[in-house]
Formats: sequence, C-alpha cells, structure tokens
Amino acid sequence: MEVVKIENISRVYQVGKVETRALQGVSLTIGSGEFTALVGPSGSGKTTLLQMIGCLDQPTSGRVFISGQDVTTLNRNQRADMRRGHIGFIFQFFALIPTLTAYENVEMPLLLNGHTPKERRERVMELLQAVDLSDRANNRPDQLSGGQQQRVAIARALAPKPALILADEPTANLDTANGQQVMEIMKRLNQETGVTFVFATHDPRVISYATRIVTLRDGVIEKDSAAGAK
Amino acid sequence: MLQLFKMAFRDLGRNRRRTFFSALAVAIGLALLMLMSSVINGEMGNAIQSAILLQSGHIQIRSATFDENKSSLKWEDLVVNPDQVAAQVSALPQVKAATPRLFASGFLSTGDESAGVKIYGIDPDSAANDPYRMGLLDGSFLAADDREGLLIGKPAADKLHLQVGDTVGLSVNTSNGDVLEQVFTIRGIYSTNTYAFDAATILLPLAKAQAITQTENHASTIFILLNNDADTDSVVSALQGQNLEILSWRDMNQLIVEFETMANSYIAFFYLIILAITASVIVNTLIMSVYERTREIGILSAVGMRGSRILGLFLAESSFLAVGGVILGLALGWGAVQLFNINGFYIGNMGLSGFLVGDTIRAQLMLDDILNLSAMTFIVTLLAGLYPAVTASRMEPVAALRAEK
Ligand SMILES: Nc1ncnc2c1ncn2[C@@H]1O[C@H](COP(=O)(O)OP(=O)(O)OP(=O)(O)O)[C@@H](O)[C@H]1O
Ligand SMILES: [Mg+2]
Repeated sequence: MEVVKIENISRVYQVGKVETRALQGVSLTIGSGEFTALVGPSGSGKTTLLQMIGCLDQPTSGRVFISGQDVTTLNRNQRADMRRGHIGFIFQFFALIPTLTAYENVEMPLLLNGHTPKERRERVMELLQAVDLSDRANNRPDQLSGGQQQRVAIARALAPKPALILADEPTANLDTANGQQVMEIMKRLNQETGVTFVFATHDPRVISYATRIVTLRDGVIEKDSAAGAK
Repeated sequence: MLQLFKMAFRDLGRNRRRTFFSALAVAIGLALLMLMSSVINGEMGNAIQSAILLQSGHIQIRSATFDENKSSLKWEDLVVNPDQVAAQVSALPQVKAATPRLFASGFLSTGDESAGVKIYGIDPDSAANDPYRMGLLDGSFLAADDREGLLIGKPAADKLHLQVGDTVGLSVNTSNGDVLEQVFTIRGIYSTNTYAFDAATILLPLAKAQAITQTENHASTIFILLNNDADTDSVVSALQGQNLEILSWRDMNQLIVEFETMANSYIAFFYLIILAITASVIVNTLIMSVYERTREIGILSAVGMRGSRILGLFLAESSFLAVGGVILGLALGWGAVQLFNINGFYIGNMGLSGFLVGDTIRAQLMLDDILNLSAMTFIVTLLAGLYPAVTASRMEPVAALRAEK
C-alpha cells in the first residue's frame, strides 16, 4: 500500500522578480512502513519536498496523494485536519511548545483529536516510555537537553498514530551520541508500529539507517535506491 | 478548550513585565474614564442640586403672567395669599418644604459705592431657606419681624467693604413703579459657595420685602422642595388645576439640562480618544508577541491546529489581559477618585456665569458608569486583540516554521 504518491510536482518560489524552481517535476511513491532518507546538497529541495508531502505547502503544479487522498485540492482547514490525523512532524530545531511540559506537548495532538482523558493519559505515558522519558513527563522544554527535546518531538509526532512521519534533519542539532539514539528510536518505532518515515539529512551515519535513499539535485530526483538494490 | 486557556494563561506568564504593562495600559485607560465621568457627574450633579436648592427649587407655583426676567411686582403677576397656598402644598407627603418668596430689584449704596442687587424676600423660618441659614459666615440670621435688617452675600460685602452691623442704603422698585429708599443694617454675611448668586442677592424677611415693595399678601412664587427628585412629575400633576403656573426644575433650569446633554457628547469624544490610545497600546504589544511566537504558531499549525483555534488561543490571552486590566483599573480609578476628593477641584468664581455651580467640584462615582465603562474597556481590549489574533491565525505554517533561530 502506498502512503505517499507524488505525481510530477513543481514548486516555484517567487521573490520579487526572482523565480526559484525548488522542485521541477518530481514523481515519487512511498510505500507503507518504508524508512526513507531524502538526501542531496543544500538547496536541492529536500525541505520543500517534505513540506509538499506534509500538506504544509502546496505545489505550483502536480498532485500529491496521502493515503490515497488528493491533498492538493484541500483548503487550509482541511489540510490542518489532514496533518492532525495522518502526519507527524519532527523538525531540525526541537519544535516543542515552550509553555507546555513534555507530557502536555505529547498530549496536544490527542487533545486536538478529541480523545478522552483516559486514552490520552495511557497513550502519552506509553509514548514517553517508548522514547525513554517517563521520568521527564513534567519538565518544560527548557529543562530538557536537545536530545531529550527531540525525543519528546518524536513521541508527539507518533501520538495520533499517523500513517506517516516526516523529519527534516532531525539530528542536525544533536551530537553523535544523541543523534544515534534518536535514529535508533525512530528505527525501532518504524519496525514495531510500521509507521512510515521520510527524513531529510546530510549525515552519512543517519543515511545508513535508511532502507531507501532518494537523492535530489536542483529540484529533480537524481537517484532512487529503491529502483536499484534494496 | 481548557488546554487553550491553560496555554493562554502560561503565555501571559512568559513575559510578565510586558503582560503587566499591557494590563496597566488597560487599567490606566479605565481609571481615566472613571475619573472623568465621576468628575463630570460631580460637577453636573452639583450644578443641578445647587440650582434646585438655591434658585429654582424642585417646583415653583407662579402667576400665569409672571415673567422671571422682569421681576414684575404688579399684583396680577403675583400669587395671592401665598401663605395659604404654601400651607396647602406642604400638606402633600412628598413635599419637604414650601415657602413664599418675593423677588424685587434694587440698588445698594454705601457712602461712595453702589451696586445693583436682586432682593429675595424670604420666610426666615422655612426649612427651604436652610442653605442661607447654614451658609451664614458672620452675624445672625434674619428674624421674621425684623424691619431694618438684611443679609448680604460675601462677595458683595467684600466689594463694598461692608461688615456686620454696618448700615447701607437700599433703593427698591415698588409695585406701582416708584422707587423707595431705606437704610438697613447688615445682620449677617452668607455664602452659598455660588459666586454668581452670592455677589448679587440680598435677603430680606418676606414681610418687610412685601411692605417696602407695597405688595402686601402677595409673593412672586411658592418655592417647593421635595424629599426626592424623582417625585417631581407626580407632584407637578397633583398641583395642576389651579389658575396658576406650575414649573418643574427642568423647566426652570433648561440651560443646565442642555449643557449637561452637550457636555455628555463632548465627554463621549474624550472617552473615544482614551479608548483609542488604550487599544493601540494593546494592539502593538499583542502584535509584537504574535511575531515573537511565529515559529510556535507554525508548530501548532503543523500539529494540525486549525486557524480558528489559534485565533481562540490569542483571544483567550487578550481576554485574560482585559479581565486583569479592568480589575486593576477599577482599583486605580477608585483610588484616583478618592485622591481627587481629598481636596476637590477649586474653581472659585470661574464657574460659568449664569450657572449656579458650587465653587468646589467633587468627583462622584456612579455604579452605572462603573459598569458601563468597565464593559466598554473590556470590549475595546478584546477588539484590540482581534487583529493580532487574526494575524496569528492566518500565518502559513511554512512561513512560520522557516522563521528559524
Ligand atoms: N520561501 C521561500 N522563498 C524563496 N525561495 C525559497 C523558499 N523556500 C525555499 N526556497 C528556495 O528553494 C530551494 C530549495 O530549498 P530547500 O529548503 O527545499 O532546500 P534543502 O534541500 O532543504 O536545503 P538544506 O539542505 O540547506 O536544508 C532553495 O534554492 C531555496 O533558496
Ligand atoms: Mg532543508
């Protein structure tokens, strides 16, 4: 089953008179349970592609299907609903809400999805345990290390049981040990829950975790390891 | 929903200093509004109350042909048997006091100076004349059978260099058009704290005033005070039917009533200015906090929060701010009014001429105004919060997330 299906998308940014073609005719299909790395030089369009898949932005042309649904026709609210139900995000900066505790950050998407307090409590504790942070539930982000914050972000991304998690350079701001721990957790969750991961990275050690490597250059797919050896 | 409030509340706690100053801006706005409205209330209430007490009473009964500006002393322009009419009116339960008064005009002269005066013939025993009795600064009050004494207001006494016990010549116009002159002794000097009145009015006992003007058993008016302003209309209608003119204080103080209406529209304008300033401070600080939190808004949006919820979050913040500001403002406003009233605001004889304005304004807080102004401030603060909140809710998640570092 395919979670992501992209048909010939382009994204042109226009700043004043300057046009940047961040993506030019990209087509890609990502199956359920894949652990895919997006690689390529800076400016090659990795972040832009993740934003298209994540319904954060819309392509200038082409179509994006998430779990079979065409998301290029959705309005703002429908895209927000799509993200809430189906897609988790992990960012390079540790994107937590500073006023909320680790527990509350993980709980946030569950609240938005209208789960009961009991469901929420069980799910949050289960996830915090999965990222090895049960003892930090009541700490605010500024009381956590970068690696811990990123693990909270992973727990939050997983909370609504999405089909897909998108991570943009999740280890770029972490040291080697923490980066490795984050990747181990992502890999383990991928294997245990079958959730699909797509992550952009420059880091060769991170790339080595991937089951599939998609290489971008100048907004086009230069190479896709799935086409060759698996 | 609860979570939203919790977040909003914590957000306000993040930058306490800014939150405090925003709430303070709201509070100062409200306090200014309260002070302004209470000073105006005090002023207008003062003007109307002193006009009622000193000049018009709540109701007057006059001959249908009486013209106040001419102070005519012709018998047909006067009320006959005034004591009897006053006694009948006094029998009504709403009436505090009813007393005849005779108005005449004349001239006061000392050795080398003279001044035009209004002469009030009053019944010294009536409770309606308490303001004069209580305003006595020096000497003694009039006795009903005094034939040679008068009371003079403080400004006039100062101007003519008169003291208690001095004698003055008083020339009076009589009912048949003559002028009679007699020497009187100053029995006392009074002040009603109303410059325009005190400078021009001489008080005589009614019987003496009737005698000197040759208007025996007549009075210009029956001056009526009620226990309660609100009874005015019912007493006016109870008194109708006689062949006399019944006037309420509203009829007689049209200028003040009109002035009050006009003042209210000016005040509304000032209110708007104060509220606009408050609103712009709030808009500015909230906009600042929205832009500082651009990335956070992006995260919320990425997690799937709809624009309407983000709007709600920021509106919740501005409503907390509004509640805090209003509570603080009520305290500040109340304090400001108390402070103001320690001394009052002395306006002396700057009071608009023709108006009977006490010479010290005291602020008077009315519950109605407090409620209205608080509600107004609250709503304006919420409205001011709307623009930043809408800005936040419209942010594109991508743009918000790119605002890194
Ligand atoms: N909002 C924007 N406005 C204008 N140009 C943009 C915008 N976002 C991205 N671009 C441009 O699009 C191209 C692709 O950018 P993108 O961020 O996708 O690259 P990337 O592969 O993620 O790079 P990096 O590895 O440095 O993160 C770049 O040339 C970039 O300058
Ligand atoms: Mg990037």
